[in-house]
Amino acid sequence: MDRAKRTLAPYLLVLPGGLWLLLFFAVPMVTMLSLSLQEGDIVNGFVFTGHWQNYTESLGDYRTQLIRSLVYGAITSFVLIVMAFPVAYWIAFYGGRRKATYLFLIMLPFFVSFVLRTISWRMLLTDDGVLLHPLKEAGILPGDFTVLGSPAAVIAGLVYSFLPFMVLPIYVALERIDPRVIEAARDLYAGPLTSFRKVVLPLALPGVFAGVLMTFVPASSDYVNSELLGSSETTMIGQVIQAKFLSNSDYPSASALSFTLMAVLLIGVFSYARALGTEDVMKVAAR
Amino acid sequence: MTGRGGRLLHAYTWLLIAWLILPISVMILFGFNNPNGRYNQTWQGFTLKWYKDVFALDALTSALITSLTVAVLTALIAGALGTAIGYALGRYRFTGAGGLNLLMFAAISSPELVMGSSLLSLFVTMGFPLGTASITIAHVMFSISFVAIVVRARVMTLDRSLEEAAADLGANGWTTFWKVIFPIILPAVLSGVMLAFALSIDDFVITNFTAGTTETFPLWIWGATRVGLPPQVNVMGTMIFAIGVLFAVIANVRSRSRKA
Amino acid sequence: MSPTDMPNPSLLRGMTQSRLGRRDAFRLGGLSAMGAFLAACGVEGKGKPQASVAPDAIAKFWGGKTQTGSLNFANWPLYMDPKKPELKKFTAKTGIKVTYDEVIQEMGPWFAKVQPQLSAGQSIGYDLMVITNSVQFGQFRDSGFLAPLDHTRLPNYAANAAKSYATSTYDPGNTFSIPYASGITGIAYDPAKIKEPITKLADLWNPKYKGKVGMFKDLQELGNFGLMALGLDPAKSDEAAWKQAAAKLKEQKDAGLVRNYYDQSYVDALGKGEVWITQAWSGDIFQKNVSDGTNFKFVIPEEGGTIWTDNMAIPSTAENPVDAIMLMDYLYELENATTLAEYINYVCPVPGAQAQMEKHAAAATDEDKEFLLSVAESPLVFPGDAEYKRLHYYVNFNTAEEKNDFERVFQPIVLG
Repeated sequence: MDRAKRTLAPYLLVLPGGLWLLLFFAVPMVTMLSLSLQEGDIVNGFVFTGHWQNYTESLGDYRTQLIRSLVYGAITSFVLIVMAFPVAYWIAFYGGRRKATYLFLIMLPFFVSFVLRTISWRMLLTDDGVLLHPLKEAGILPGDFTVLGSPAAVIAGLVYSFLPFMVLPIYVALERIDPRVIEAARDLYAGPLTSFRKVVLPLALPGVFAGVLMTFVPASSDYVNSELLGSSETTMIGQVIQAKFLSNSDYPSASALSFTLMAVLLIGVFSYARALGTEDVMKVAAR
Repeated sequence: MTGRGGRLLHAYTWLLIAWLILPISVMILFGFNNPNGRYNQTWQGFTLKWYKDVFALDALTSALITSLTVAVLTALIAGALGTAIGYALGRYRFTGAGGLNLLMFAAISSPELVMGSSLLSLFVTMGFPLGTASITIAHVMFSISFVAIVVRARVMTLDRSLEEAAADLGANGWTTFWKVIFPIILPAVLSGVMLAFALSIDDFVITNFTAGTTETFPLWIWGATRVGLPPQVNVMGTMIFAIGVLFAVIANVRSRSRKA
Repeated sequence: MSPTDMPNPSLLRGMTQSRLGRRDAFRLGGLSAMGAFLAACGVEGKGKPQASVAPDAIAKFWGGKTQTGSLNFANWPLYMDPKKPELKKFTAKTGIKVTYDEVIQEMGPWFAKVQPQLSAGQSIGYDLMVITNSVQFGQFRDSGFLAPLDHTRLPNYAANAAKSYATSTYDPGNTFSIPYASGITGIAYDPAKIKEPITKLADLWNPKYKGKVGMFKDLQELGNFGLMALGLDPAKSDEAAWKQAAAKLKEQKDAGLVRNYYDQSYVDALGKGEVWITQAWSGDIFQKNVSDGTNFKFVIPEEGGTIWTDNMAIPSTAENPVDAIMLMDYLYELENATTLAEYINYVCPVPGAQAQMEKHAAAATDEDKEFLLSVAESPLVFPGDAEYKRLHYYVNFNTAEEKNDFERVFQPIVLG
């Protein structure tokens, strides 16, 4: 009796939460898949007909935006590695007793609503705004110089939005390194660059990968940054999906695009999970 | 290995932190601005009137209340369900644990856009009404995993001998959990609950898909950007920021004093 | 348990017999269930032919409905004096409390937002909404989402509204809606940045304004301007014409002329100097000038502008429809229609308001007098024949398919 109870216990514990995840995470994916194969319009209703042309048609119309999004996501992740690595390195090895404080400062933007942060950037970067106006007055920039609307503005916004997601996993990976290992490497290889390349970098790599995963997925599917900071030249796939769902009520082709995006990103996510396991990401998520 | 390189990195770190804080300062600053017209975008003088009139816009205030309601519900529900999962995963080995882990991992790393749009497709397919309930369902969904992970991490470090000792003293499993285990994991549970609250109150993308005509704080801001944000938004943003920072600092100080 | 509730016998047999391993059954069951589930999904439409409304529909809807003492009103931004004088007077007179939200920014998103709720028969939280006679008006109407109006409750409307509205193509006989205001889509520009006067649609294609041109995100508005720039009439256009117009708009975009495609935010963009010349709605520019002291100009282009009508309608699931229809009629009292037009500066659906406004002007002094006279004489508020000749109506869609085709032609321009 007691034994049976004990074997049942974990199942009873995970049942409500697991069911919630199944019902509202897994099942919706199936309804979306179904919707992506339906035909019709919002007034007369949509019917399942296995209409796979939703995929070919919407991808034909919007493959540029899909590719652009993946490219922006990749650039964002790359810029983030370059920007975040030195900071994570410094905090991990030089932070001393103030490590927690520095990490806290890096996390500060999260206490402000995502939308509000992006709007603040928009205000800062606007044509006659706080940053550009003085530079134009001083004649450093030409009068018709603009930042908003360019791919650079969108990518800068994405980099800003997701920086902490890159710093944290790299920091977690670096923190695990015993400083004595580095000292030993110093003694062996002598040069600081060589010891960095041969010891620190390989040990930090899982953190970098986790960081790429945690930034590439949200960056390439984002639509807030390109909507607020971009223009029609920087439209990302997220905006297309958003507009088709929430403006045209064209559910089938919106679902087809959304499903394609998920498939592309999930292939990346799961090959990551197979190769490196889920622990690094979960650990960072828990912070 | 200090020296010039270290100093350079130190300066760079602070530069980056300054960059991270820049838009936040703008937000806080413009809560004190005194604009002439409808548009709060150039500095025109200092005022405290928006702090006095922070709740003057009914629609904005009710959006904030909706946000808080959803966040509290999410924190409670996701807190309970996530703690149960976290405890089970940390304490027991059972078939299906791997699958559950993978499901949670997928829920954490899936794009918000896809989760939001797929939930919308579920709701329209089922004819489920959109509003506070559907938003809460969505928020609990993406918060559970985070709570579970935080709690699991704490449970895994528990000393099993505590339980055995309690059992020796004649306590049953239920009593042991509530009298012995729960007080120990409580800080982790609380930080999970706070995390769920924070995730919920900030969420825009998933909420945008599942809200119907209901407005939350971020949704209201999103709509208002098209016609100019009133300074009250900056004031509310500043208040949420201040309260969040305050909580984080208190939690940090408490955990440090406990360690000491 | 009724016989229909009994599970399918073959399913029962399958479940109790162990012909397949448990695991296999699970897998097979999962697969076929998945297939069945996929196919069983579907989004129910509410469409039904609406050629004529059942004669008892009005009685059915309004029967048993009573005044509740409050109502929620969804409107567009810049569509009422922020002090809401008309609503305050209404509350003082009737005791009905009005919650007024400017939540509608664009028709597409508004329809998409409320569609799931209306379709589930759930209240959208609003009892009165202002919707444009665009594609989505037809979607609202054909889905049965609009309450049929009981015209016996609209005496002021009958007495004061311009007669032409009763013969509109989108809502003949005003079965579901009455106008809030009409408006003109034209061009607005900043004379501080553009010295020469703007008169033509072609100015939106002028390379001198590279990167400073604003166009509308709304596909109907955008498409119309493409059509009219080619000298085509939107109301009589077909798919071949749409494709030509799309090519014209694509050319404008590829040349780097367009800064962005805007919704209501174009006013903000014009104010910030992000755009110098933009597609615009007549009254907005006027209000922006009044509220922010700017000096923007609005013109109806030589090739033509469009005229549209924003309509007050009651959603079928409204909780306070009686209070809503009372407010609708109240806004048609001559004095209220006049003050509303004085502030919003859109085309007033009440012709008698012009004389009333002149009376107000006569009673006022100095600046106010000048201002009121200018509104009363404004062709944008009370257009004359000369203006109407240059104004076109929106593209008409006979079928949902036509509407989808139209969207597919123009959507890729906005979402480059």
